[in-house]
Amino acid sequence: MQGGFAPPRGRLDQDSGALDQDSGLDGESGRPCDGQAKRATGPGVIDTLRLTAEQAMGLLERKEASPVELHRAYLDAVAERDSELHSYLRTVDEPEGDGIPIALKDVISTRGVETTAGSRILEGYVPVFDATVAARCKAEGLTLLGKTNTDEFAMGSSTENSAWGPSRNPWDPTRVPGGSGGGSAAAVSAGLAPWALGSDTGGSIKQPAALCGNVGLRPTYGSVSRYGVVAFASSLDQIGPVARNVRDCALLYSIIAGRDPRDATTVELPEPVQLPETDRLGGLRVGVPRQLESLDAIEPGVRAAFEGALERARELGAEVGECDLPLSFEYGMPCYYLVAPAEASSNLARYDGVRYGRRVEGATYREMVERTRDAGFGPEPKRRIMLGTYALSAGYYDAFYGQAQRVRTLLIREHREVLDRFDLIATPTSPTVAFPIGDKAADPLAMYACDLLTIPSCLAGLPGLNVPCGLADGLPVGLQLIGRQFGENTLFRAGHALEQALGFDPVPTRYRE
Amino acid sequence: MAITRDEVLHVARLARLDLRDEEVEQLTRELDAILAAVGKVAELDLAGVPPTSHPLDVVNVWADDKPEPSLSLEDALANAPDADGPLFRVPPTA
Amino acid sequence: MAWEPVIGLEIHVQLKTRTKMFCRCPVGFGAGENTQTCPVCLGFPGALPVPNRQAIEWTVKLGLALGCEVAGRAVFSRKNYFYPDLPKGYQISQYDLPSCTNGSMILPTGEIGHVVGIIRAHLEEDAAKTVHVGGETGRIGGADTSLIDFNRGGTPLVEIVTAPDLRSAEGAKRFLQLLRQTIVELGISDAEMEKGTLRVDANVSVRPRGSGELRTRCELKNMNSFTYVARGIEAEITRQIGVWESGAELQQETFDFDASSGTLTARRSKEEADDYRYFPEPDLVPIEPPAEVVERLRAELPESPAARIHRVQADLDLDRAVVLVTGGLDRLWEATVSAGADGVATANVVANNLVGAAVDPDAVNPAELAKLVRSRERIPQAAFDEAIGKLGDPGFSADPYLAQEAVSDEAELGPVVDRVLAEYPAQVDAYRSGKEGLLGFFIGQVMKQTGGKANARAVSDIVLRKLDA
Repeated sequence: MQGGFAPPRGRLDQDSGALDQDSGLDGESGRPCDGQAKRATGPGVIDTLRLTAEQAMGLLERKEASPVELHRAYLDAVAERDSELHSYLRTVDEPEGDGIPIALKDVISTRGVETTAGSRILEGYVPVFDATVAARCKAEGLTLLGKTNTDEFAMGSSTENSAWGPSRNPWDPTRVPGGSGGGSAAAVSAGLAPWALGSDTGGSIKQPAALCGNVGLRPTYGSVSRYGVVAFASSLDQIGPVARNVRDCALLYSIIAGRDPRDATTVELPEPVQLPETDRLGGLRVGVPRQLESLDAIEPGVRAAFEGALERARELGAEVGECDLPLSFEYGMPCYYLVAPAEASSNLARYDGVRYGRRVEGATYREMVERTRDAGFGPEPKRRIMLGTYALSAGYYDAFYGQAQRVRTLLIREHREVLDRFDLIATPTSPTVAFPIGDKAADPLAMYACDLLTIPSCLAGLPGLNVPCGLADGLPVGLQLIGRQFGENTLFRAGHALEQALGFDPVPTRYRE
Repeated sequence: MAITRDEVLHVARLARLDLRDEEVEQLTRELDAILAAVGKVAELDLAGVPPTSHPLDVVNVWADDKPEPSLSLEDALANAPDADGPLFRVPPTA
Repeated sequence: MAWEPVIGLEIHVQLKTRTKMFCRCPVGFGAGENTQTCPVCLGFPGALPVPNRQAIEWTVKLGLALGCEVAGRAVFSRKNYFYPDLPKGYQISQYDLPSCTNGSMILPTGEIGHVVGIIRAHLEEDAAKTVHVGGETGRIGGADTSLIDFNRGGTPLVEIVTAPDLRSAEGAKRFLQLLRQTIVELGISDAEMEKGTLRVDANVSVRPRGSGELRTRCELKNMNSFTYVARGIEAEITRQIGVWESGAELQQETFDFDASSGTLTARRSKEEADDYRYFPEPDLVPIEPPAEVVERLRAELPESPAARIHRVQADLDLDRAVVLVTGGLDRLWEATVSAGADGVATANVVANNLVGAAVDPDAVNPAELAKLVRSRERIPQAAFDEAIGKLGDPGFSADPYLAQEAVSDEAELGPVVDRVLAEYPAQVDAYRSGKEGLLGFFIGQVMKQTGGKANARAVSDIVLRKLDA
């Protein structure tokens, strides 16, 4: 297959407009795209810091670069910038396909390439099969650049829980890139990959995207296969794209989405993915939860950028109104921190040193298992395993897990009512900008609070898109748009229009000349 | 206290985690704080509310009874920490 | 004090689907170890289960055959515990919403059938196989190890739990025989205890007869035939009565029954009771069997063995009915009786002669068999036996055999009888002193000497007259 783009398996709407492979070359069209001032392409110049995936495909299509050269350009960028950022855990030297490269979060099984989920307990584990999402990328010709860093078992909001050390924010390397998918976000942001796949359980795609200034989609639960992705919380995990702009995000989503016979919780998309074109939001009804007003956790700079984005939305023709999500704001976090750890405690039971992964010996089977798990798991997985086991245990199930599942029903209803009246819900993605490494590591509850705004819609199985909407103290602020089930096309349309209007430059300031 | 040290030890046994003493101390403190926070869900009276296990309302997903190729023996054992010929090997169960 | 046993059974049936319960690895014997495995049944990171539709349908079918209610909504649950043969650290099973509940099986025991309640039948996956190896096999360091083969792991199992309605070891055995036959006739499992495709655990307690109370019960495991199950239950009943009668309190324990020695060995109690932390399986969606499917399965059900015994015993007696039905002979019997043969006579011929000659009942033409049964007294024994032996041949006709007449003529038989009685004077004396059972001996000798051509009834009359003379 050529480096150009052929709609994968009919999931992309053929009428949604030709791929704009020359987009963002210069300001001639009058559309500030990516806020770029420079040509991103040209003979002999592969500027990975500015190249979008679409543009990279154009390079291959026009034979201005070969897949090997493109791959090499990214590896060179990694050599240049990643010793500081540590976004990759390992890279792959030789490209296997003839398309553009992609980075995959290290929870995604890649055949023949070590997959650790950020944990020592999987050190040295080399899968003998590809996750479905990895296989779909391969089928499209996308070549694996490498595996990106992650909080251990995707548990965390800063990537500080990785057994291999934290990744750093390309905008300020003394700060976190967010988590759990900080590696993918940092890589895309720092021009170390044109795009990446991450996984989102409570915000692990959206929040790092917000902190690193790129676009991340948490898809509707059931639209993307989890087969082969190291499970954290089965009823919450979704795999999604991390990209430089909304169109790339939509493109990558169309490659990975759709029913997988190997994952019984997936369904066919009710409508094909449409690459966004329009720059207007005429008639779009956007609901802003009034609970945001009194939320002290939201930093002033974040609030200001968020309000600015709402203003833009109005200018583009959206109707912005107030909506009410009282239970979500009050009980979303407690609900999540019961449901997710409970499922995780069971999903992590398979890490016992018997069939794969690192083993610590023991005189008996039980001793071996206990020592293996204690040595292999870091503090955060241990906390969550303990929490989850407790919540499911005899005598406590009803008050904790059972109750949380009922709360979840209420949160779903609450969101459904709002999305009957509105097309989208808008909030800031993260209450704060990127915080310094080490700031919250010692306080689990403070770390959990990072996900306050992303968690409720995850519990409801709804899709969420992060679109960078400004800077606060020089650090990116993200706008979260939450849609209806299978409402990704609306998210892409709105995100794209806003992105054009906001003109956010995704290249970290310190990398711009 | 939302959780006692004894309960922590019991849960650790259920979860097959051989915690060191310092870990037990720290976990007891942390879990106590977390449980106090998540225990909030008990405030709501949810008598008539059904629990949700799946956010997507789907039923009857299954597969036909048609065999597909299994892994080769080599692949099955590829990551085994210890094997005896074609069998996975572990210490004896007491 | 009169004691009454209270027995319930837990039965695991291995379904003979082509693939495993949650993955499409083939199920079958004889494959090399660990060659019928995949990421799913090995519990690799990221692997996900997808249920086997055939297994689900067969479970519904079995539930219907057992008179159960089929759940409108069944949910898979995780049963969490650690063991080497459990790769995920949990077994996918069904817990609070199983596929089938509330059925019953009538155990024919005379006029009023004894009803055994079926509490539930649910679907789950089998564990892998662990072999425990001792140090003497020469391993490094001489340590013991456990070796695991995951081929069996993931095979579909239906677990059937009965109510504690059985009242004897013999009743338990009959129940199991009937259950097995029901399962085999559905075509969903070979259900052989020796092969492990049917596994039985028994829960046994005793109580003062008529008290209605439920005392502490013990569990029996590791019995691999119906006879051993019965023996194990007997042994446990005796043991429990002994405990109660000694004035002690019975402890809740689990026993392995060793059939060869007849001993019950208590399993070492675990350090702490297992807390399985059941919760609904988030990787699987609920099963809501469509009404058309349930009705189709119900329509496919053969008449259950229990129902057939009940029907047949109205014309015969319970024992004959049980023998016919459990031997798979009742359909032939019914058809033969419909073709004009006597019920009891046909039952005797089918159960004794046909089986003795190893004739396949399904190959027999009932009309021809009926002719034979009706003519049994009249034709020579040898002819009858030969005809029986050929009944299974395609296109068999009884007519040639019916043409022969057994000899009844006193003129021919009389001298033979005289000869026999003269040959065995001691037996004649014994008969005349009261050993009337020897009549059969004399008849047999006459039949032998006539090469099976004599009419047995006529021989009997002549022998009797001459003996009494």
